[in-house]
Amino acid sequence: MNQMQEKACPIIANHIKIALVGQPNVGKSMLINSVSNAHLHVGNFSGVTVDKTEVLFDYKNYHFTVVDLPGTYAFTDYTIEERVTHDYLCAESYDLIINVVDSTNLEKNLQLTSELMSMSKRVVIALNMSDEADKEGVVINAEYMSELLGIPCVKVSAVTKTGIEELLDAVVSVSEQETQESKLIFSEPVEEEISTIVDYLTKHKYKAVNSYRNVAINLLKNNKKTYAKLHDDPIWIELQPILIEASKHIELHHDSDDIKESFAEEYASFNRGIIAEVLKQEVIEEKKTLTEKIDKTLIHSIFGIPIFLFFMWSLFQLTFEIGSIPMDWIDAFFSWFGDTIGATIPNEDVRSLVVDGVIAGVGAVILFVPNIIILFIGIALLESTGYMSRVAFLLDGFFHKFGMHGQSFIPLVTGFGCSIPAYMSARILKNDRDRLLTLFIIGFMSCGARLPVYVLFAGAFFAPEMAGNILFAIYISGAMIGLVAAKVLKLTAFKGADEPFVMEMPKYRLPSAKLIWHTVLTKTMMYLKKAGTFIAAASMLIWFLSNYPHNLMIEEEYATKIEMALSKDAKTDLANEQAVAHLEQSYLGKIGKFSVPIFEPLGFDWKMSVALQTGLAAKEVVVSTLGVLYALGDNVNEEDNSLKTAISKNIPFASAVAFIVVIMIYLPCLAASIVFTREAGGIRYFFYLLAFTSIAAYSLAFIAYNVTLMLT
Amino acid sequence: MKTLKDCKKACKVKVIKLHASTDLKQRLISFGIMKESVIEVLEHSPAKSTIEVKVGKMRIALRAQEAQLIEVQKI
Repeated sequence: MNQMQEKACPIIANHIKIALVGQPNVGKSMLINSVSNAHLHVGNFSGVTVDKTEVLFDYKNYHFTVVDLPGTYAFTDYTIEERVTHDYLCAESYDLIINVVDSTNLEKNLQLTSELMSMSKRVVIALNMSDEADKEGVVINAEYMSELLGIPCVKVSAVTKTGIEELLDAVVSVSEQETQESKLIFSEPVEEEISTIVDYLTKHKYKAVNSYRNVAINLLKNNKKTYAKLHDDPIWIELQPILIEASKHIELHHDSDDIKESFAEEYASFNRGIIAEVLKQEVIEEKKTLTEKIDKTLIHSIFGIPIFLFFMWSLFQLTFEIGSIPMDWIDAFFSWFGDTIGATIPNEDVRSLVVDGVIAGVGAVILFVPNIIILFIGIALLESTGYMSRVAFLLDGFFHKFGMHGQSFIPLVTGFGCSIPAYMSARILKNDRDRLLTLFIIGFMSCGARLPVYVLFAGAFFAPEMAGNILFAIYISGAMIGLVAAKVLKLTAFKGADEPFVMEMPKYRLPSAKLIWHTVLTKTMMYLKKAGTFIAAASMLIWFLSNYPHNLMIEEEYATKIEMALSKDAKTDLANEQAVAHLEQSYLGKIGKFSVPIFEPLGFDWKMSVALQTGLAAKEVVVSTLGVLYALGDNVNEEDNSLKTAISKNIPFASAVAFIVVIMIYLPCLAASIVFTREAGGIRYFFYLLAFTSIAAYSLAFIAYNVTLMLT
Repeated sequence: MKTLKDCKKACKVKVIKLHASTDLKQRLISFGIMKESVIEVLEHSPAKSTIEVKVGKMRIALRAQEAQLIEVQKI
């Protein structure tokens, strides 16, 4: 009925919505690119944390919407990907499923297929990588397979772009058919129990959306939603004993106390039957595959780790060496842009808001785009070649000691450059708890923006030849504190049994340039869009706090003083003095003074307190704030000798040490905090991070301050 | 009881029983590690904390702790 109405409606009549499902590493994304060759646009909408991509295109007289769901091995809800995919398939509306399978590993892939078959949805199977299968001597009889499964199976290859039209034709023809009962057959005891339940449901004329067989299978598989539905029905009282009896029977048959395990075995034996019928492996002599040869070197028990460290070092170098080249251009562009726009705005307040607030703030975010692009290309390469899994394999032993996962390494190293891409790259961790723990630790890896502060203080208190070692010591101790913090968090907040580490080591593949381009582009656009809008707003807030309220008394006083001043230097000095006076009575200054009692035990004066707080906006700002506050003008940098002198004169050594400790540990900058909040999946995690970093920074700085006082 | 953890490199075994918790069992099954499946040990990581095995055509990495929960028999 419903079907007929849909067909009568001209708007959605030739619109087909497809859910693209498959196990990881079967070339789904590659297939979607080949299918929608001239795709109109790629929209990216995020789920909780992992994204599903939607692609729109036309073929013949049909509009296609393809939803590319994250790869999933089975419906176990184990990883976020599996949850996103499972929820989508169960709850959203779509016309049919394309199940992409890897022809070279059919039996394994059919595991998911058989679960899809028991969902009573229309399915088309794309036997992908058929070119590779040919090479490996795997022959699949697609027609016979279609017949046995009652599902059209089409041989395709995303790489050579063969079979794409046949696949779309199959999709069109299936979308016009009624949903068919799947031909999935279980062993005799299970079939027996299914028919008992079906008989019972028929007798009581139970109203169900899906077929009784489907309801029966779901009940036997302990599907929670089906249970919830039937639980409120009066027939439940009689049905329950039947179900208990049935489960016992099946478990006895499988010699197991786990019904899900029993069903997995049922599926596996059905799949073995299908494989025996449709697949022929032409005998080729046993030789080492390329993957095995490469693995001999790359995961070698001695050379594996040095090789990996070399790769990481190269990526790190590339990111921050090449990335810094366009950074200067972007910086120059934004200051030019700010000046140009500023010149067109007559009102001083509005101009300051636009130029110093919005343009400067957004510019600071865009500044990191080159780094992010290079890093994302690197990560996409590591991931798509299959090397990432090897890294996790090699490092898991070490990281596990600190309660982390082998794959945590990548985000942590990235954190030395900039926390923002680091938070984003933590997505490679599939398990929620591992990912959250890693997100909390990333901040301990001192990012590039904190370097100027370290350089300034190391230069102010140590001889030039020592400064380099001090810098290195700061970085290393940050990382060590991070590992200890991970262990502490693991023993407290993230307490619980260790997450198991079971992971596929995919075949090595040459990455596709198109796919990498696509991934990097969408991720970069997301960074720009989301971080950009938040940053613009936040920059305005900081600008407001440091500029208001205006104090006319100060302005007038200094205006006359400056006019009276004789030399040019005296004028600049007075202008700087005015800036300090102004900042001191601004909201930000008031906050700084207000917080002095809090920071007193660490030996900070109000100027240091304010500098720390402006550092919440961006760590680079700490240096320029100190410059303003020590009345040197805000055009200072870490190389500036006058600022170094001012700091070594005005700040006691113990306070400086405590200051560095706080800078090392406290909350990452605003942009990073926003990204953190999004990646962690909720504002409450931001408050956890705030509490965690503040307590850690404060207590460690307190210890550092007092120890230094005692020693000096 | 012989488990997958005790297996040496290049040794081939058959799974007898999974002693894992429900979640981990599901995970192992979704990777094709279940009763009757044949596993070949390929490689150990440094300090033997992680092992790489081959099930069917798939290569899987797992921790020694997890491997200990898989009861196997030599074939």
